[in-house]
Amino acid sequence: MASHSESIIREPLITGKNITYAQITNDVLFPVENKPNKAWWIGFIAASMGATLWLFAMSWTFWYGVGEWGLNKTVGWAWDITSFVWWVGIGHAGTLISAVLLLFRQNWRNSINRSAEAMTIFAVICAATYIFGHMGRTWLAYWTLPLPNQYGSLWVNWNSALMMDVFAISTYFSVSLVFWYTGLLPDISAIRDRATGLRQKIYSVLSFGWTGSVKTWQRFETVSLILAGISTPLVLSVHTIVSFDFATSLEPGWHTTIFPPYFVAGAIFSGFAMVQTLLLVVRKVLGLENYITMFHIESMNKIILVTGSIVGVAYITEFFIAWYSGSEYEQYTFLNRFIGPYWWAACMMYGCNVLMTQLMWFKSIRTSIPIAWGLSIVVNIGMWFERFVIIVVSLHRDYLPSSWAMFYPTWVDVSIFIGSIGLFFTMFLLFLRVLPSVAIAEVKLLLKSSSEQAKKKLIEEGHLDPDQVAYYKESLTKFDSVELADYDKV
Amino acid sequence: MSSTKMILGLFDDPDEMMHGIEKLQKNSVPIYDVYTPMPIHGIEDKLGIKESRLGYAAFCFGCLGGSVIFSIVYYTLVHDWPMNIGGKPHFAMPNFVPFTFEWTILWTAFGMVFTFFYATHLFPGRTPRVMDLRATDDRFVIAIDAKGNIPHDDITRILQEAGAVEVKHNDRKYVSYE
Repeated sequence: MASHSESIIREPLITGKNITYAQITNDVLFPVENKPNKAWWIGFIAASMGATLWLFAMSWTFWYGVGEWGLNKTVGWAWDITSFVWWVGIGHAGTLISAVLLLFRQNWRNSINRSAEAMTIFAVICAATYIFGHMGRTWLAYWTLPLPNQYGSLWVNWNSALMMDVFAISTYFSVSLVFWYTGLLPDISAIRDRATGLRQKIYSVLSFGWTGSVKTWQRFETVSLILAGISTPLVLSVHTIVSFDFATSLEPGWHTTIFPPYFVAGAIFSGFAMVQTLLLVVRKVLGLENYITMFHIESMNKIILVTGSIVGVAYITEFFIAWYSGSEYEQYTFLNRFIGPYWWAACMMYGCNVLMTQLMWFKSIRTSIPIAWGLSIVVNIGMWFERFVIIVVSLHRDYLPSSWAMFYPTWVDVSIFIGSIGLFFTMFLLFLRVLPSVAIAEVKLLLKSSSEQAKKKLIEEGHLDPDQVAYYKESLTKFDSVELADYDKV
Repeated sequence: MSSTKMILGLFDDPDEMMHGIEKLQKNSVPIYDVYTPMPIHGIEDKLGIKESRLGYAAFCFGCLGGSVIFSIVYYTLVHDWPMNIGGKPHFAMPNFVPFTFEWTILWTAFGMVFTFFYATHLFPGRTPRVMDLRATDDRFVIAIDAKGNIPHDDITRILQEAGAVEVKHNDRKYVSYE
């Protein structure tokens, strides 16, 4: 139908020849229905060793208390909250892709939203472990709930930003989980209807009895749209509230009104970097080059460039305001980032986040898989140091020079962090094995309108503006999954 | 009397399936339901299915969630145990905003999704009522109740003319009960 075809100047979202609906199902479910390959096992063994380290260091913390961490009287918040904010920030990209890009009708989100949402959930789980870890007496975690006096405390302090954090993070996690799982139902059913025996029984329970009838799909679409609509302000609110943890204090370097937008931009920035880190490997190892194309990679790199530049502007604004405020403490804090003992951390922060991402202005860099992957790691490192600089470097030298101190992490601090990365990858690799890593139903929606084969057919039929066709062919040259020779004839 | 319970028209293309629906409707054959591996836009209008009212449910749950947490914060902070913190007002509304906002979203999401599950009869362990196992893969299935809709051969012919790749006469309504 003519009404289905999309403008030829838009780049294809699915490449490859003779892709059918059945082939999409086969390609996406291949890792779920077959034994994992060597690359998966190597990754899984490495990740689960990390997760074991996390378990050990966490147990150590619970047994001996948070005194085992490198905190001192001056730097009372350090490694733990740095990593907490880092993980929460990473989670933001998943919601951005699944919710914000849905509202903006960005169809390229369809093939990356599932794994990005999974990443969100696992990243927030990792972040949550730091919250419980820092409590010391984790079994009293329920004290953060508004329970009356008989349970051992007064009412919770609703005026505290930390209390707001409890509500923001728990809402964010549970709403993301619901959004992700509702979207999974049709794809779990696809596994169910191809499986036999015990597998079929398990996936049958998980599928909630999904059939794909008209009414189900209609309600499903309504639910998806409304969830996207409410998740969009939710994701903005979460890192805003995380920034309140700092911004509502009187600490120089923290006490600033720019923190909410600055934190949100930084979160999306680091999250997209992590999505890039994961997906560039996933597309290669699982052979999803036709669904996660160069267009997807370049689009994500453009978002990294935009959000990285927003973060850069926020950094400059911070420096300007510190100078303009006339407050000596504020001015010293920012000067101390470069001339103090932690100058190397600030160099990592500004260098990785601002200078390195500016390379993304070059198309050759945006479309180079190895460089894009390397830069995504650089951003991940830079964003960890951003939080370290904000938290530790501000705290270690504030109002009273007699209280100035250094922070040195212990092996427990470092092990919990490295271990949490292992925990994250363990969960992600298990996800790749048991659930479809690409939203099958949503990709099928694009097959007739936005695939390379559909567009090629349009060109072959003629009737198109030759300039636009030439433009389209030109845009295909960057793709690593398109046979350009096929276009010589048409 | 034939033992056929359901007549299924299997299409491999959504546009042809939509064409099949039109043809059946033109011949006054009532359609039981349509099963597809992906959402088909415009099918609700064609089948005369009313717009979903889940949005209203979502709105009500959102209002409820916001009111509940606002009341809890008000009760604890202003009514039950007001504390003098530097002489600041007990009823400090700006501090209520994050909680009210978060719970509005939380209740909207959970209320709406559970309403969706309830209305559509989705819950863990429910036996899937599948008429054709490829309806979640690459087949777009129009199901017609065989009872009363005779002659079956005419329906088969209509479906085939519309482009169905296969027409099934199933003796059982659902193939998923084994």
